[in-house]
Amino acid sequence: MNPVSTLRMALRALLRNKLRSFLTALGIVIGVSAVIAMVAIGEGAKARVEAQFSAMGSNLLIIMSGSTRSGGAFGGFGSLPTLTWEDLTAVQTEVSSVRAAAASLSINTTISSEELNWTTNIVGTSPEFFIARSWDIASGENISASDVETGNKVVVLGQTVVEQLFGRSSDPIGQMVRIGNVPFSVIGVMATKGQSAMGRDYDDTAFVPQSTFQSKIRGGLPKFINGSIFVSAYSPEDAVRAERQITELLRERHHIGPDQEDDFSLRSLSEMASAQQEGTKTLTTLLASIAAVSLLVGGIGIMNIMLVSVTERTREIGLRMAVGAKPRNILEQFLVESLVLALAGGLCGVSLGLVVARYLASKFAWPLLIQPEIILIAVGFSGAVGIVFGLYPARKASLLDPIDALRFE
Amino acid sequence: MSEHALIELSDVTKHYRMGDVTVNALAGVSVRIERGEFVAIMGASGSGKSTMMNVLGCLDRPTSGHYYLNGRDVSQLGRDALAEIRNRTLGFVFQSFNLLSRTSALENVELPLLYAGVSSRERKHRAQSALGRVGLGNRLDHHPNQMSGGQQQRVAIARAIVNEPVVILADEPTGNLDTRTSVEIMALFQELGRAGITVILVTHEDDIAGYAGRRLIMRDGVLVDDRKQQQRMAADLQVSA
Repeated sequence: MNPVSTLRMALRALLRNKLRSFLTALGIVIGVSAVIAMVAIGEGAKARVEAQFSAMGSNLLIIMSGSTRSGGAFGGFGSLPTLTWEDLTAVQTEVSSVRAAAASLSINTTISSEELNWTTNIVGTSPEFFIARSWDIASGENISASDVETGNKVVVLGQTVVEQLFGRSSDPIGQMVRIGNVPFSVIGVMATKGQSAMGRDYDDTAFVPQSTFQSKIRGGLPKFINGSIFVSAYSPEDAVRAERQITELLRERHHIGPDQEDDFSLRSLSEMASAQQEGTKTLTTLLASIAAVSLLVGGIGIMNIMLVSVTERTREIGLRMAVGAKPRNILEQFLVESLVLALAGGLCGVSLGLVVARYLASKFAWPLLIQPEIILIAVGFSGAVGIVFGLYPARKASLLDPIDALRFE
Repeated sequence: MSEHALIELSDVTKHYRMGDVTVNALAGVSVRIERGEFVAIMGASGSGKSTMMNVLGCLDRPTSGHYYLNGRDVSQLGRDALAEIRNRTLGFVFQSFNLLSRTSALENVELPLLYAGVSSRERKHRAQSALGRVGLGNRLDHHPNQMSGGQQQRVAIARAIVNEPVVILADEPTGNLDTRTSVEIMALFQELGRAGITVILVTHEDDIAGYAGRRLIMRDGVLVDDRKQQQRMAADLQVSA
């Protein structure tokens, strides 16, 4: 018997009981659409987290000073200045995998224009910082190396600060603002960076040259960096290498013995990002296993209905055998029926899943991410369910004795 | 004529186990049936005539003895080989018609050809001509529930002859039909007999057996009578459907 005839026969048999076929396939429909929707949700959430981390800067490492230790009480990282400007220079020049490194001295203080004021995060840094964070200027000029060298009183504002001090429409470049009592001239506005993964607004910041920060905003020991160092590597692999190299370098520079703890801390953003991704991965795995269970239940439904169908059609099976159907023909007939049922359910499930994923993506403003492999896997899996759960009823049908089957009431 | 008969049973037995009891449904039957014969097998219920039919129809294998069909010993063949013989050499007609419901007459008749691997165009063509032969050329698309019992049995006969079998086995083919329709169906069998097909008929009705040219009577699993007879003709009633 050729496959086309077998397929047509199966379709006809299924269409004879439309409602029953539909209800039987429904289990698979729900299972598959759940798989598609859930994987799409997982991928969308993952993509959003990735986008957030790449907004912070690619392949970024942050070096912070060590903690103070007074008696038994430990201060947080950064409470004891241990990083020196010479350390920064060493990181910039001696570590091959480092693309850019810059100090970031920061303080929360009030900045004011002619009419308005706003409390924000003032960061003293150097031009390398903007390379490390891959953050561009939107208009005006950025802080230059000569600004840092001469300690110019210039400031580059983040978008949120511009809005708070000057409103949405006016151009702040060339205007004067005060930080504390010191007047600064606005030379540039940063491009919008958005929110961090934790909800912090990156655009609520103003940048000044690090030398100016030390002389006019907050003093301190001139030898030490009273803040952290941002380092960016060329690639994720380089970031891993840089982490190791910097640790070695700083331990050597700070004369830390082999059994002593670091007096600084090094964090990589890719580590934080992968921790977040682990979370979504766990979620995706969980959802996928729920989907697998519903596919299993769908498969049992198919088996159940196929068994009923074999019993109902015992006389038909007997007749087919009498007119020359071999056991294999009968096996194929029922197997193809359950396969078609499961595949049809799978395809409907894919469509339904896509609709649900699309709706959720637009509702939560995620990117709609569905890899074609997922669709193929889902359809393939439902086909496999059809075969696995159809095999027993089909085999039972093929092993019927023609005489008994013909006599069956 | 070839030296072997079309059908030759030689000391065929068939035992069934029903719980603890062994039933000797056939207790040693030997018979020869030649090409083109019209044979009626008669007997009371439990006489073994149905078992005989199943063995002749290759639906069942004898416990012992030999069954030569067209000179070939088919008594110990496997399921696939028997299915092939049923498909190519035999045609079945049942008391309850056994048509597929919600399936057109044409497709019912095509069924044996489906398992013979005939192409769909050829299937349709041959099914049409078989339905034409039984006088239903104008009812190809009718479903069984749209047809009378006599018409349904004609569809079943068309299905039996569509693959040009050598033997047609009919198990009480008129059992569910009224007298007039029965005569029509018997006329059809007689016509097939004249066309060279061997017809073997199981019946318990004396006048139906009268249309056959030979009568075998069974009792307790053995043949008790085997005689040729003058065929009653039903030809004048054949066309009306």
